[in-house]
Amino acid sequence: MARDLPCDPVGNVARDATASPARLTLLWLQSGGCGGCSMSLLNADSPDLFAALDLGRIDVLAHPSLSEASGEDYHALIARILSGQQRLDILCVEGAILRGPNGTGRFHLQPGTGKPVMQLVAELAAFARHVVAIGSCTAYGGVSSAGNNVTEACGLAFEGAEPGGLLGPGFRSRSGLPPINIAGCPTHPGWIVETLVQLGHGAFSASDLDAYGRPRFYADHLVHHGCTRNEFYEYKASAKEPGQLGCLMEHLGCIGTQVHGDCNMRAWNGEGSCIRGGYPCIGCTEPTFGERDAPYLETPKRGGIPVGLPTDMPKAWFVALASLAKAATPERLRRNALAERIAVPPGGLSGKASGKPK
Amino acid sequence: MTRLIAGPFNRVEGDLEIRLDVKDGRVAAAYVNSPLYRGFEQILVGKAPADALVYVPRICGICSVSQSIAAAAALANAQGLTPPENGAHLQNIILAAENIADHLTHFYLFFMPDFAREIYAGEPWAEAAARFRAMGGDAQREFLAARAAFLRIMGLLAGHWPHTLGLQPGGTTRAIGRAEQTRLLSHIAGLRRFLEARFYGDALEALAALDSADALDAWAEGEADAGGGDFRAFLAFSRDAGLEALGPGPGLYLSFGAYAQKGGHAFARGVWQGGTVGTLREDDITEDHTRAWMVRAAEGPRPPSRGITLPDADAADAYSWCKAPRLGGRGAETGAFARQLIDGQPLVTSLAARSGSNARNRVIARAVEVARLVLLLESWAAAIRPDEPFCLTAPMPDEARGTGMIEAARGSLGHWLDIRKGRIFNYQIIAPTTWNFSPRDGGGQPGACEAALVGAPVRPGETTPIAVQHIVRSFDPCMVCTVH
Repeated sequence: MARDLPCDPVGNVARDATASPARLTLLWLQSGGCGGCSMSLLNADSPDLFAALDLGRIDVLAHPSLSEASGEDYHALIARILSGQQRLDILCVEGAILRGPNGTGRFHLQPGTGKPVMQLVAELAAFARHVVAIGSCTAYGGVSSAGNNVTEACGLAFEGAEPGGLLGPGFRSRSGLPPINIAGCPTHPGWIVETLVQLGHGAFSASDLDAYGRPRFYADHLVHHGCTRNEFYEYKASAKEPGQLGCLMEHLGCIGTQVHGDCNMRAWNGEGSCIRGGYPCIGCTEPTFGERDAPYLETPKRGGIPVGLPTDMPKAWFVALASLAKAATPERLRRNALAERIAVPPGGLSGKASGKPK
Repeated sequence: MTRLIAGPFNRVEGDLEIRLDVKDGRVAAAYVNSPLYRGFEQILVGKAPADALVYVPRICGICSVSQSIAAAAALANAQGLTPPENGAHLQNIILAAENIADHLTHFYLFFMPDFAREIYAGEPWAEAAARFRAMGGDAQREFLAARAAFLRIMGLLAGHWPHTLGLQPGGTTRAIGRAEQTRLLSHIAGLRRFLEARFYGDALEALAALDSADALDAWAEGEADAGGGDFRAFLAFSRDAGLEALGPGPGLYLSFGAYAQKGGHAFARGVWQGGTVGTLREDDITEDHTRAWMVRAAEGPRPPSRGITLPDADAADAYSWCKAPRLGGRGAETGAFARQLIDGQPLVTSLAARSGSNARNRVIARAVEVARLVLLLESWAAAIRPDEPFCLTAPMPDEARGTGMIEAARGSLGHWLDIRKGRIFNYQIIAPTTWNFSPRDGGGQPGACEAALVGAPVRPGETTPIAVQHIVRSFDPCMVCTVH
């Protein structure tokens, strides 16, 4: 979908940057969210946040957690942008758009002016060269829209997986791009930093976005890629309780084989990921994140087969391969899968092979 | 009388607007408005109880672990489950890591940049304060590197931060071995090096041993130049800027008890008032909706175990989405100052006797707490026994109640859970800043911050007065938690 959007060709964006090496301005606005994507961004290392902004030639006009201006200085800045006096190259919005109650936006009013934040976001988006949705709430509504969605939360150009949202599916920022949806709950700091640096270098175009507006550099992967439990997955040697080492797909709700993200290829906080931390992928980069039919730590099944199968895998093959893999599971993996720590090392405790084909 | 509408406040977590009535160059009355409603208590209704652990961390990006720990405690309480020692230690380590990171983030990114502002350009210490400039002063750059390195603890033990699912009612989901224990110790050691070299300019033990306001003054005079550490710089700036006279607390302090461990808490649970620590009675806690945009119970304020959270944007007389929690009908202050005071920490106890809680002493209490926490982290990390269990499980009852009362960086955090027919029937949360930044109650009694702002000086021409900003930031408010 997004790949066919009528927007500036790649070359134009790149030429534009070459012709004008000027620094880019960035405004970060927090909407209806938890602020966690900003906190995650501060975890960025090599480059850290300030070094990344230098690299991307980006000047931050305001960020709610970081900048000095409050009150009147902030209002003056917004007024300069909305009157065209201050150029706005990158508008980062963090948090869902709260349209409630009854479409009034009163669940989130801007301090000091009482203007609904949804209105402010729409006004600023019209002036921005690029609009970046930071986190799944901003992209799709996310956890903010869970349950009965009492706050009438939505994303910038999506409402869940449906095109729509505050700005609508046809919205294009001045660069011709739709909102760049850096989905995740939270976002990995690298996803933000690398997107911003690419924008700063004029190296980002519509073809870099997937069907849900996510940067393809991380969304073209599955969370399963690089999973440290892959050997357990291959043999369907599954954990049954939280804390056990086995594959989390069969019993504990892991949907990493279906979810887009490079979470296990790049480390979180140095060496982590959800699965490395011992808990399942819950699909936080997906447009429907926030609601699910079954409890998060349970795998819904039909006839003993997980309802959600690995992406692109025909069911018959999954069933056949799974039953074959189960039959072939080495004793080592069978035992380790249910243990908190490795009970049997490769080759067995005595150095002899421990896995006997069944 | 002049009326000012102050806000937004940058460098606080979330949205905040304060209406100020100003008379004769001072704040005569303040009305704190949390202008965002998020609806988590409504989202949780009908969910499987364990799914609370997916939703509640997402209340807050800066205290997500605290929310998870409170939910895990409430669920464990409902299940009758106690984590094994390893799991309890790792829960405490993960929570302490967030607490330390939050205190230091407050210091370096939120509070200190105010001293580098134009308004203080004429002060003799303006040059030294430039180190703390917002958006990339040297101190911020050094701190962010140290913070990212320290938070590798979260990658190691919890998958990532914020928003981990690794904190479960029965412990933690990643059992660690000797190698991970060694890395854990090395991350803590890295933080200790940063703190001793840059933050304190002294050994952690020396800071933790300061036992009176006079001892702190003598220590501060020791090496007051820029090489003496960032905390010493704070003490010098705040003395000249008169912070000890700004933002007095309400005189009633509250702590739910921090870091549950065998036999109690690392930092005691209780209430402090008039120089005495007393027992905290959970039954004394109620939430008043009189000035909040909330549906009000006919019989008046309810305890959180039977609380209701339904928004009403047209509620009469309301000016905030925040409710007004009260302890025995009174407003209380919560946070590091309250926590250390109730624990009987000698320096904070001495500061309370000399000048109470205020814009300066709240920051000092955080610095004291960070030193104590690093020492605790070292002992907990050393106490891990890699051969023993980290996580236990138990069935979830179909009908049960559970309470999780813990301490987040910003103070007392409570979760009250009611499970019926296997689903969440009611889930009520009182966050630390809900106490500190509450609106008035039915009796007209202001919240802690509202009271603290009265008397703050307003310079000619100021619309968001610098004194008001110092006071507000001294509480380190987390508005997104407040209006969950």
